[in-house]
Amino acid sequence: MSFEKTTHNLHKRRMSRNVGVFVVLAAFVAIVFGLTVVKVSNMDTPVPGLQQSGGN
Amino acid sequence: MSDATINSDISAQAGEAEAGFGDYFALLKPRVMSLVVFTALVGLVAAPVAVHPFIAFCAVLFIAVGGGASGALNMWWDADIDQVMKRTARRPVPAGKVDASEALAIGLTLSAFAVVMLGLAANWVAAGLLAFTIFFYAVVYTMWLKRWTPQNIVIGGAAGAFPPMIGWAVATGGVSLEAVLMFALIFMWTPPHFWALALFMNADYEKAGVPMLTVTHGRRVTRNHILAYTVLLVPLAIGTGLTSIGGPIYMTVSVVLNAAFLWGAFRIWRRDEDTAQADKYKVEKQVFGLSLLYLFLHFGAIMAEASLKPWGLGGWA
Repeated sequence: MSFEKTTHNLHKRRMSRNVGVFVVLAAFVAIVFGLTVVKVSNMDTPVPGLQQSGGN
Repeated sequence: MSDATINSDISAQAGEAEAGFGDYFALLKPRVMSLVVFTALVGLVAAPVAVHPFIAFCAVLFIAVGGGASGALNMWWDADIDQVMKRTARRPVPAGKVDASEALAIGLTLSAFAVVMLGLAANWVAAGLLAFTIFFYAVVYTMWLKRWTPQNIVIGGAAGAFPPMIGWAVATGGVSLEAVLMFALIFMWTPPHFWALALFMNADYEKAGVPMLTVTHGRRVTRNHILAYTVLLVPLAIGTGLTSIGGPIYMTVSVVLNAAFLWGAFRIWRRDEDTAQADKYKVEKQVFGLSLLYLFLHFGAIMAEASLKPWGLGGWA
C-alpha cells in the first residue's frame, strides 16, 4: 500500500474553484475600499449651498 | 483495494461532476457580457457629465455582473432546450457540470448584488434600470416570450438594448433622447441580426421547439422581415448621428455601414431557399458577420466622438 499523493482532475477543479473564489473576494474587498476612498474624497469638495445653510 | 483504484474511483464518480471556476464563469455568458460592457461603457463615456474613473469602472463591472446574472437565470430556465440545440449543448448546465439549482442560486444572488452595488456606487436610477433589465431578460424574454411567440427576439431584444442607457444613467442620473436612441439602435438591430443567424441555424430551433420566425412562418417571411427591420433601422442609426452624441466620424461610419447592411438585407431578401442551400447560406452568414461589425463600429464611433471632445474635436460643434 503506497501513500504517494496523486493529483486528480477532481483536485484541480477544486483548486481552481478555491483560487477563483479567493480572487473574487479579494477583488470585492478592493472595490469596496476603493469606492469608500473615492466617495469620502468627493465629500471633501464643497457642495454649493451647503456652506450658506451651515453659516446661518 | 489499492490507493490507485480508490483514487480512480473517486475521479470517475466525482471528478466529472465537480465544476471548476471556469464552468461557473461560463454561466454568466462571457461573450454576451463583453457586448454589455462595451455598450454600457459607451453610454457612460458619451454622457455629458464626467464620472470619476473608479466609479465608472465599478459601475460597468456591476452592469456586467447584472448582465451575467441574467445569463445564469436564462441557463437555469432553458436547460432543457439548451441540451437539444447543438449551439448550446456545451453550456455548463446541459453539459452536467453545474446543477440547474446552482445556476438559479448564482443568478439570483448576483442579480441582487449587482443592483445594490450599482445603486451604492452610482445612483438608484441606474440600479433600477439594471434591475428592470435583469427582470426583462430572465422573466419576460426567457420564461414568457421565447417559447410563446415568433416575435420573441423582437421584444426580448430590449433586454440587450438597455446597457448603454444604464451607462448614461450612471453619469447623468436620468435618461435623455440620446440614451433612448442608443437603446433603439440595439433594439432595431437585434431582429435582422438574430434572424440572419436563424436562417442558417434553423434546424437547432426547430428541434428544440423554439418558435423562431423561421420555424413558425418559414424562411420567405423571415427574409421579408429582415429587410423590413433593416429599412427601419437605417434612419434611426443615421438620425442618432444628428444628436449630441453624433458627429462627422459617426456619420461617415454610419452611412457606410448602413449602405452595406441594407445591401446585405436586400441580398438575403431576393434569394430563394434553393440558392441559399446550394451555397450553404453564404450570404446569410456574411450578413450575420456584418451585423456584429455594424453594432461594434456604431458604438465605437460614438465612443470616438466623445473621446475627442476634450481636444475640441468630435461632435458637431
